[in-house]
Amino acid sequence: MDLQFASIIAAALTVSFGAFAPALAEGRSVAAALDAIARQPEAAGPISRTLFVGLAMIETTAIYCLVIALLLLFANPYTG
Amino acid sequence: MEGSPLVSTILFHVGPVAVSRPVVTTWAIMLVLTLGSTFAARRLKPYPSRLQIVVESVVLGILDQIHAVVLKDARPLLPLIGTLFIYLIVANLSGVLPGVEAPTARLETPAALALIVFFSVHYFGIRAQGVLGYLASFAKPKLIMLPLNLISEVTRIFSLMVRLFGNVMSGEFIIALVVALAGLFVPIPLMALEIVLGLVQAYVFTVLAVVFIGAAVAGAERR
Repeated sequence: MDLQFASIIAAALTVSFGAFAPALAEGRSVAAALDAIARQPEAAGPISRTLFVGLAMIETTAIYCLVIALLLLFANPYTG
Repeated sequence: MEGSPLVSTILFHVGPVAVSRPVVTTWAIMLVLTLGSTFAARRLKPYPSRLQIVVESVVLGILDQIHAVVLKDARPLLPLIGTLFIYLIVANLSGVLPGVEAPTARLETPAALALIVFFSVHYFGIRAQGVLGYLASFAKPKLIMLPLNLISEVTRIFSLMVRLFGNVMSGEFIIALVVALAGLFVPIPLMALEIVLGLVQAYVFTVLAVVFIGAAVAGAERR
């Protein structure tokens, strides 16, 4: 298996796992936030602000995986 | 490797300095924002005109949002945060215009903005607590937390940069891919999604900057 083929496979794996786990985590946090808003609608403002910040934090891991995949595809130091 | 999202096209050189495309777009945005806000703030009156009402509600809305996070006097933060927010909105949405590429879709612009946030965190922290008090707040609540606090200072700024870059760049990349694969009018729903995403990312970047600065100003009790 030559190096370019291996890095393409690795990039695809990186993106797939990097999309899989943050999607689960974001689903859980949105469900929890909706639950909290349904119980206490007057606290919707602070809850959704915190939710946005938390979602951004979770999404960062997916973006890290995307950047790694792009590095493998476009700026791989080993394939030249 | 053509079309790599990690390098930006060089348009022209000024002496030894290469001027790339995001820089020129940023200059254009700066020009538009400066002229626009000078025009909007030209004749401020106690009985406001229609334009002045819009401008006032934008400024007061940003001030309210900052106050909700910092829980203190938000006025010292308003120039920095407000400029950051309005610039980010215009920059993220400029990618929708035909022929314009959002400057935040290349690594340099988010890196510069994150560096501004990094230095202003320390500036506001030192201004609120003094040099010694600010340095001591890194060793709270226990001295053993010192290396972790120092590392988190760098990594959170780094993730601020990568988040903005990754989101905006991936949106433009997907639109370019769909145009190349499917045709001219197919990516319109993706572009609508990109508008929402650009607004959310501008909001998130700004709120995180306010949270970091607020933590540095409040010191140990909120860290």
